[in-house]
Formats: sequence, structure tokens, C-alpha cells
Amino acid sequence: MTNDRAAQGKTVIATEDLHKRFGSVEVLRGIDFQARDGEVVSILGASGSGKSTFLRCLNLLEMPSAGRLHLLGEEVRLRTGGDGPSVADRKQVDRLRTEVAMVFQNFCLWSHMTVLENLMEAPLHVQRRSRAEVRDEAEAMLERVGVTARAAAYPAQLSGGQQQRAAIARALVMKPQVLLFDEPTSALDPELVGEVLKVMRDLAAEGRTMLIVTHEMAFARDVSSRIVFLDQGRIAAEGTPKALFGGGASERFEQFIARFNQG
Amino acid sequence: MDWAFVIDTGLQLLPGVPLALQLAGLSLCVGLALAVLTHAAAIGAIAPLRWIARAYIDLFRGTPLLVQIFFIYYGLGQIPAIRASVLWPVLREPYWCAIVALALNTSAYTAEIIRGALAAVPRGEIEAARACGMSGLLLRRRIIWPIALRQGLPIYSSEAILVLKATALTSTITLTEVTGIAHKLIASSYRVLEIFVAAGAIYLAMTFVLTLAFGLFERRLSAHLIQGRA
Repeated sequence: MTNDRAAQGKTVIATEDLHKRFGSVEVLRGIDFQARDGEVVSILGASGSGKSTFLRCLNLLEMPSAGRLHLLGEEVRLRTGGDGPSVADRKQVDRLRTEVAMVFQNFCLWSHMTVLENLMEAPLHVQRRSRAEVRDEAEAMLERVGVTARAAAYPAQLSGGQQQRAAIARALVMKPQVLLFDEPTSALDPELVGEVLKVMRDLAAEGRTMLIVTHEMAFARDVSSRIVFLDQGRIAAEGTPKALFGGGASERFEQFIARFNQG
Repeated sequence: MDWAFVIDTGLQLLPGVPLALQLAGLSLCVGLALAVLTHAAAIGAIAPLRWIARAYIDLFRGTPLLVQIFFIYYGLGQIPAIRASVLWPVLREPYWCAIVALALNTSAYTAEIIRGALAAVPRGEIEAARACGMSGLLLRRRIIWPIALRQGLPIYSSEAILVLKATALTSTITLTEVTGIAHKLIASSYRVLEIFVAAGAIYLAMTFVLTLAFGLFERRLSAHLIQGRA
């Protein structure tokens, strides 16, 4: 069902020949990628393959060294200067970032605010929506991810799973068109992974556009509409979970999966 | 020990307390403002300003406060240009020399406290704010500064206590704060032990109140660090 919708959706994220260099190390070596509205794309790859860097380039937490980036049909304006590209239009990037929300590996809730304040911060101060509306929305989202009881608590008082669910709620309150997940379960104790994956599964089921960097193979196989496999900074394989996990699609991907199953 | 005399001395030292508090309070305020400017210069884009700020911090942290006080009060007065300048009415007064010396000294330390506090703001929390579309002043005002304040406050409370105690040094340039009065009493009675016990007790009481005030402020700000579940 998700696949049918996604096939018709407009392109929300596109990169052309995206490169990222850290000093002399080229982490991304020319990535051409597109994600359509309603797609759930899992980005897989070994450690060091560039998958997190790629995701972070999409909302410019990392500045691409070269290439083009389109978000929601707009080309992100970059300026090329002496030390490489920089943001040409800060306002454009700030605006697009509210549409392309991110969930981090280490949750990164603001430690000095309560959970509810964390959810209300960006809608109030960046999007400048009305307090009453934002509060209702924030409370509804907390309810949705099952953290209502901890609304008045500070992040340090929550379990990792609760923090990550609250962080997902924080992203959702901004009503973004795309959700980026950067290894959302990698910092969690094993017994807390399930509760976060369940929230993400529900989001995928309601047709949200999601890009997920993950090591959760079963999750990627079951939930994604498409899988992108990065190897040494390039897309080495790409396709539906069925095509990729079915075998024979890509030798590198086979090796990756085999290592994973052993590990 | 003659406790009646200690208490009597304590009462005679009390008139020095307002001056000590004034010196500390005023130089902490001026010092904090200077520290913010110094830090801004030290991380700013203009290289010469960065060098000056660094040199300023190193100079005032690297020399004794007593030397700084003597330099400003006795030393500057020997320079004819200073005596002729508009600064002279200020630098002629021991009170203002003391405030200038204490403020410059504390600003150097406070600039370093600010640097440390800002550096301790978790990178991830700043990234999360950027990812939500925050930048510039909004990002600083809502995320970076509030977190840095919480990081820096415990260290700054130590600095405030140091400054309060350092006001004792201003007695060397004729100011009659607590220690200055104590010196006078000793000159007339030679009862060094009792008089310094009384003086020490007064400083202890002042720093106790200051510590308490900072502690309350910290607790108000740091609810997020209190562990345990509701």
C-alpha cells in the first residue's frame, strides 16, 4: 500500500552527485538519490560507509563538499568559496529544516527544558505558532508516543527509550514533510529498542515520508518501501526489500548481510 | 581567648562590611560585563582583537592581584600623562582603584569560565536546535546560553567568593573595609589573635550567605539534573 502511494508521490528529496570530504578522506563519492513523498527508505551500510554523513548532508548539519541538494522541490542555495561551500541563504535552510525534521542517535533533547517544553520550543519560537495550538499538539504527540506521564520531567529523568520517543514527538510537532532518523535505536539498551521501533512502524504505516539510517535489518526489511545500501561512499545497491533481501541483487550487499547474520 | 573582646571587636568590624560588599558587588558586575566583551573578542573574527583578549586574560591571571592593586594605585599615579588625563579623578581615589583592579582581575577569570561553560554545551543539543531551524541569536538565547549558564554557575560562584575575600587586599591602599579596620584595632590594642578571629568570622559569614544564595539559584536552574523519577 505504501509502495503504491510512494510511486505516485512527488520527489521530496533529491541529491545530484553529492560529495563530502573530511580533510583528505572522501566519505561520500557522488550520491544520486531521490526520495518520493510517502516513501520509507532505509539506508544501510557498514560502519564508515558514509550513511550517517549522507543523512546529515540532507539537512545540512554536514555541508556537502560538492553536488546539488533539492528539498521539497527547492534547490538549496549553496555558495562556493575558498574553504568549500557554505549556506548562501540561512533563512531558506532554517525554513527547510523545519520541514525535514531529524531524530538523532543520542536523542539530543534539550537538557534544561522539560519534555513538554522540548516539544513546544521549535513550533513556538521558530514556526511562531500560537501557544495554545502548540500545547494541544505537543500533548497529543506525547500521548501518541506514550510519554504523557513524563511531560513535566526533564530528559535526564527519562529512560533512553522514553527520551527517543519524546525526541520523535518533538520532530512530529513541527509537522514536517520528511522525517530523518539517524540510527535512532543504536544508543538504546536492547530491551528498549522495541518501543522505539514500534513508534516508527506506526509512523511508516500512516504513510509518513521517512529516511532511516539503521542497523536493524529486520525492521528495514519489514517496514521500508525501498532500501539503499551504501558502500565506501557510493550507492552499491538499491531496491525493494524483497529484491535486495531475496538474494542475488548485489554481491556487496550479500556480504554485508552475511556478516550481520554472523555478528 | 577573651570571647567578650572577640564579640566586641566583631561589632567594631561590622561597619566595614558594607564597603567590602560594595567593592565585591560592583567589581563583579563590571568584571562580568568586561568578561563577556573579552570572551566575544577572544572568539571573534578579528585576529588582532583575539590576540589582545588572550594577552589580557593571561596578563591578569598571571600576575598577583596585590601587584595589580599596587600598580594601579601607586604605579599609574607616577605617570604624568595619567595625572593629566580625564582618568585621574578616578585613579586618584583608592576606592575606584580598588574597583578597577578587582574588576579587571575577575573579568580575566570570568572570561575563561564563560569559555569553559560554552565549550561544555553538548554538541548534540546544539545540532538538534539547528535541525529544528534555529540559528543565530535565537539559537544562542534559547539553547546555548541557558545551558552554558547552568554549566558555568557553580564555577562562577567560586569566583564570586574569591572576589569577596580579595576585598581584604584593598586595605593595603587605605580602604577601611573589614580587614582595614582590623589593622587599625590591632595598632591600638595589639590583640592580634582575637581581632583576626573576629575578622575571619565576618568573612566566613559573608561567604556563607553568598554560597547559600548561589546554591538556591543553582537549584532553581538545575531541576533538570536532579535524578530520580516522579
